[in-house]
Amino acid sequence: MTSPKRITPFWAGDEQEDETRGQRIMPAIQAITMPKWGLAMEEGMLARWAVEEGAPIAAGDEIMDIETSKIANVFESPVAGILRRKVVADGETVPVGALLGVVSEGEVADAEVDAFVADFLASFKPVEKGGDDGPSAEPITVAGRTIRHLRLGPEEGTPMLLIHGFGADLATWMFNQQALAEDRPVYALDLPGHGGSAKQVEDGSVAGLAATVRAYMDVAGIEKAHLVGHSLGGAIAVAIALDAPEKVTALTLVAPAGFGESIAGDFIAGFISETRSRKLRPVLEMLVANPDMVSADMVEDVLKFKRLDGAPDALRAVAAANFEGDRQKLSLRDRLGDVGVPVHVVWGEDDRILSAAHAEGLPDGIAVTRLPGVGHIAHMEKASEINGVIKSVG
Amino acid sequence: MSKKSYRQALNEAMRQEMERDPRVIIMGEDIAGGTGTDGDQDAWGGPMGVTKGLRPQFGPDRVLDTHLAEISFVGAAAGAAATGLRPIVELMFVDFMGVCFDQIFNQAAKFRYMFGGKAVTPLVVRTMYGAGFRAASQHSQCLYPMFTHIPGLKVALPSNPYEAKGLLIQAIRDDDPVIFFEHKALYDMEGEVPDEPYAIPFGEANVTREGDDVTIVAFGRMVNFANEAADNLAKQGITCTVVDPRTTSPLDTETILETVAETGRLVVVDEAHPRCSMASDVAGLVAENAFDALKAPIRLVTAPHAPVPFSSVLEDLYIPGVDKIEAAVHTVMQHGRKEAAE
Repeated sequence: MTSPKRITPFWAGDEQEDETRGQRIMPAIQAITMPKWGLAMEEGMLARWAVEEGAPIAAGDEIMDIETSKIANVFESPVAGILRRKVVADGETVPVGALLGVVSEGEVADAEVDAFVADFLASFKPVEKGGDDGPSAEPITVAGRTIRHLRLGPEEGTPMLLIHGFGADLATWMFNQQALAEDRPVYALDLPGHGGSAKQVEDGSVAGLAATVRAYMDVAGIEKAHLVGHSLGGAIAVAIALDAPEKVTALTLVAPAGFGESIAGDFIAGFISETRSRKLRPVLEMLVANPDMVSADMVEDVLKFKRLDGAPDALRAVAAANFEGDRQKLSLRDRLGDVGVPVHVVWGEDDRILSAAHAEGLPDGIAVTRLPGVGHIAHMEKASEINGVIKSVG
Repeated sequence: MSKKSYRQALNEAMRQEMERDPRVIIMGEDIAGGTGTDGDQDAWGGPMGVTKGLRPQFGPDRVLDTHLAEISFVGAAAGAAATGLRPIVELMFVDFMGVCFDQIFNQAAKFRYMFGGKAVTPLVVRTMYGAGFRAASQHSQCLYPMFTHIPGLKVALPSNPYEAKGLLIQAIRDDDPVIFFEHKALYDMEGEVPDEPYAIPFGEANVTREGDDVTIVAFGRMVNFANEAADNLAKQGITCTVVDPRTTSPLDTETILETVAETGRLVVVDEAHPRCSMASDVAGLVAENAFDALKAPIRLVTAPHAPVPFSSVLEDLYIPGVDKIEAAVHTVMQHGRKEAAE
């Protein structure tokens, strides 16, 4: 049984309201509410329910599709039980935290469900549109340059640091960072040349980027962290673990670079060169198993990043330092045995950028999770599952 | 990234380019205000406050309040551009082009051609256009088709704050004369605008909505109306592709033709008068190059062939609006069905 407090989403109000609501609800009834995917999300559309009223659901089941202006994705149930009520119908747009449905465990009368719904609706206060509450990404100066970063979660606990891949930024962790930050501080940064960070990348190599991330850890006061790296960020995480093992407690690597020779060179080339949304979209669709996940805004956000002064040069420099056509220049494979901390590798089997075959034949002691029907951005495509893996690593 | 108005986005574009490149200067009537008097300096920042704060930061050598004679200060800016500076000159209302048009179309536009490609003219003419301001027919026109007609000029029409900053930075960095049209009804419009400098390339249209049924090509302020119409129509089951060409010269004909090939129907929305307009130009382009793709006659949504009225009631009727765009879309959608019914 989940404690009553858990059903109130973190964004829905302050502590006092949580307690008030907790006393009034029946603990056997649980709310499914509109999630907050990324700091900018204010509302979402429940595109389609995938389960019927009366059906049993388990935590992690894909129970609906949700669309925001930024992204469309399946929503995995945070709770288990019987779906008693669909409060929001297919196609409706509601604010973050709004009640979507009600799940019950055990014997619960319809009247109790009705009372729960009425109670929730009466006390629900959506976060004001355009309101400036909640944490936001901040600039921080690292070795004289601006690095943008975002810190979520409490002060105590082993810190976690999320490192994105080529061409991305910290928003790539929109489905992960908040969930991981329940019981520990979780940091995410924009790598040099990316997002809101300064666009100088020096030679653009993994070693150079890793040096900046280490310097960032010092400035941000992160003594030691569980590094979570995606793609090129995975290679950076490995490089840090090899060169500065005292800074690392564990590694979770999502489709990491440097584990094999091949890479989809046409993705890298297209990502850099395409300047129109209609041409860039098919390139970005290579990232995912289900192309519907790529929204118009997601394409537009990449274009907006690429128009920033210095961004195209930074991308070209990073690409030139690490990739050559369909080949990766850097191989970390031979050195993986030297990593002295727990390592878990996660790979989507339908990854069209870096093949899941790179996860084969790794040194003993490196755990591997392969996900069928998942592409290169597995942490977005299968967020709950990957969040579970990351938490299990440490 | 933060929320900024169209006005702030334009100001930031000029400020960042002036910081980056000492050759960038600005000049125009009352762009600072108070020059030559004992009163407040930088009192005005232009009629809409767009250039406010630039004079204190960059000084009177780079922010020049001019006399009220467009013929001379636009000409001076063209000459300054031809001889090494990158001037941004403000023509308060585009309606005043009549008194400085020779400097623009016979001089600035021709230098590159007259001097065998050896001369460049990195001149930006920022100017205000459009109806809706109760400013009568001499301060409300949409004269961008006239500039679009002239080879050697580039013409930009930003439709929102993000576009305003990126297109103005591109205009300033461009080596050709650019006529930069700011719609007076958009200055208070807010949107997400990156703090960092960025340039939006000319001649690359922005596809703001994607649909299957109708392509709507709209210019400047009309893009926002077209988006609103498309969102309303989507609820009725009609999906539209909305194309914001961003610049009328160069014009992204490729995106227009591609999207018309997909939808087979075209509505063009242009706040200018209908004759020799962007609406008629795009209609001609599609009729000539994508005739076989069309399932219905092209519909144009424009202002009438009449001066902008001073009467507020008439002015509201005069401006193409969301309902007129929706009606035009319904008309092209019904084309085949009507015939079948008859």
